[in-house]
Amino acid sequence: MAREIHIQPITRIEGHASIQIQLDDAGEVRDARVNIMSLRGFEKFIEGKPAEEVPRIVSRICGICPWMHHLASNKAVDRCFGVTPPPAGRKLRELMQTIAHAEDKLLHFFFLAAADFVIGPDADYAVRNVIGIAKANPELAQKVVQMRYKTKMILEKFAGKAIHPVAGVVGGFAKPMTEEDRREILAQMRELLDFALFTLEFAKEKVFPPYLDAIQTLGVIRTGFMGTVDDDGALNLYDGKIRLMKADGSYTDFDAQDYTDYLGEHVEPYSYGKMPYAKAWNEGFSLDLEEPKGIYRVNTLARINVADKMATPRAQAELEEFRERFGRPAQATLLYHWARLIEEVYACEHAIELLEDPEICSPEVRTPAEPKAGRGVGCVEAPRGTLIHDYSTDENGCITRANLIVGTTHNIGPMNMSVKQAAKSLIHEGKVDEGMLNRIEMAVRAYDP
Amino acid sequence: MSVKVASEWLNSCSGCEISVVDMGERLLDVLQMAEFVHIPALMDHKYFGQLGDGRHLEIPEADVGLISGGIRNEEHLEVAKEMRAKCKVIIALGTCATHGGIPALCNSYRNEEILERAFGTETTDPNAFEPEEPLPHLLDACHALDEHIQVDLYMPGCPPHPDHVFSALTALVRGTAPELPGKSVCDTCPTVREGKGQLKALRRFVQSPHYGAPDEPLEKMRCLLEQGFLCMGPVTRAGCGGDKVTPRCISARVPCRGCYGPVQHDGNQMVDMLNALASNGIDVRSLPEHVSLLRFSGAHRRLRPKRQRKEA
Repeated sequence: MAREIHIQPITRIEGHASIQIQLDDAGEVRDARVNIMSLRGFEKFIEGKPAEEVPRIVSRICGICPWMHHLASNKAVDRCFGVTPPPAGRKLRELMQTIAHAEDKLLHFFFLAAADFVIGPDADYAVRNVIGIAKANPELAQKVVQMRYKTKMILEKFAGKAIHPVAGVVGGFAKPMTEEDRREILAQMRELLDFALFTLEFAKEKVFPPYLDAIQTLGVIRTGFMGTVDDDGALNLYDGKIRLMKADGSYTDFDAQDYTDYLGEHVEPYSYGKMPYAKAWNEGFSLDLEEPKGIYRVNTLARINVADKMATPRAQAELEEFRERFGRPAQATLLYHWARLIEEVYACEHAIELLEDPEICSPEVRTPAEPKAGRGVGCVEAPRGTLIHDYSTDENGCITRANLIVGTTHNIGPMNMSVKQAAKSLIHEGKVDEGMLNRIEMAVRAYDP
Repeated sequence: MSVKVASEWLNSCSGCEISVVDMGERLLDVLQMAEFVHIPALMDHKYFGQLGDGRHLEIPEADVGLISGGIRNEEHLEVAKEMRAKCKVIIALGTCATHGGIPALCNSYRNEEILERAFGTETTDPNAFEPEEPLPHLLDACHALDEHIQVDLYMPGCPPHPDHVFSALTALVRGTAPELPGKSVCDTCPTVREGKGQLKALRRFVQSPHYGAPDEPLEKMRCLLEQGFLCMGPVTRAGCGGDKVTPRCISARVPCRGCYGPVQHDGNQMVDMLNALASNGIDVRSLPEHVSLLRFSGAHRRLRPKRQRKEA
């Protein structure tokens, strides 16, 4: 008999989503969908607010990656008011963003995702989590908690608030970095780089090998990719041009200010989250597993697929090894985890580069601004993908119109596809068990939504 | 002794949950003394049974229920009621749960206006959005928890400081009453106040405040409000600095915006701030707008849509 299964809520992700699986009379999967269950309406309610206040409001879109919204928003407001931050102001923003990336990836890998691999996808839900890991491997857990906490406290100690930051301000950064701060943070980031390299080795030796078959099958779909690169084609998290790559590896680069020419957003009645697609490909929108149209992915795997190279040596070596094994572009969804750990190494190396530059301690961190009418698009790579804030202001410098495309949103279409692919390959003759349903969620978790 | 803890997030951003994780190694102590029975952020307990075939939303019984986020849709309401039914003590964690928080800024608009903008942006395909099952319907506004369920302990903050989350959880395990700060941000701020000055108008925060060398301590910097920048410190509950006390935004040389909500639970940050400014001879018309003064506490019907003009 036809029936419907609800995985509700999807757990170990950020936010509110569920999975709806429809079975036909034979117990085969007819359709499967991801429902995004909530809508807060930031695009509407920041209207009328003074633009310089908005970076402190939109940070609340996400408590895991508030730095990303905070900084994309600051970049948009800079453009509205026509102001350019001095070099040290820009570098401090980039440093904070890079350290936030490093912290975020540890959080996702160890606290949210690892249990599926370390404890196992079929383990009882009561132990298949970070608490289970802490009990099974207390030494590792202690090290992880320590390293992540230290990283978070760098942000808190230097920038005041780590969650819902305030130190990015229109025109630059709120305070300069002293030589003492610089040395202390540099030492901490060097220690974190060692831990990042350890984590990647640990994952390659102990975490991924038993799942190499699953990696090649679970949630695998064929799509394009999008991410930010600098002028040399190297991956860049803070600034650069956006590269939109088709599944065959061909690509176009564009300026974030022109995003409306390249991206559209499709609407489905089963999701409050919209589904961005590549309007510029002129093929429309379809989530068909065999022949998707307009579908591209973002976040770690996408970024390392679109980048020609990594700008730092250890991350570059890891990228070369990854490409040797999985090709470019790599399509296997679970490889997002692997790509995430390569980016972790990059983030640590890049933070060290920024801290080794004496200019970061310049006391010139903020250019004074005047509220005025304008338009600006601010874009950064959030851990979960390309993040776009687009504002217009009136002559009083208050917001008249806002459009936001949030990192995870780009992946809503692809998540629907991965879930359907996983459900169709796992569920037959109406037989369902917890391990199967968790594997279907693993296809979502890889995207770290 | 171990206590059972259930945790839920409603109309929120997950910052409160991350703040719990940000306790550092104390987190491992918490995991020793608390047994989590439901926490979607970290654990796979499902509402409708582990196979998704249940008919009713179910959360296991617990001693302590932590709820972050306000109540904005029917699902939030159902979850909040189930938490209340199953938990002996309910803690409203974070300013969204206590006062609506930033998402309650939506209360200045009608749902149609919000949906129209969200699904009518320049990049969105022009087809009307009609939500279907299982998407929950929006309620009329974003509500604080105590507009629907009884709350036993309020822990505001955006996010609440991990020091306070830790001390509240340990107090509950020990069976003692948690102590939370009740003063204002100004009472805990180290900057220099020189008293009533010549200030007549406020400036926008589009330039740096004045301070000496980059490493000059906050104790030497003049109060940001006295420097002419709007600072919500006088009308905001203290606590954001945790055990170290110094307000967190001030430590970045940035003025307070009120994230811990009003000093008294039922205070009105907008009215109190405008009164404070006016009584000091500052022209409140120098502020670009006033709604933002309620950006953290717009629930409890403090923020409402502009009344539509009646058609003649």
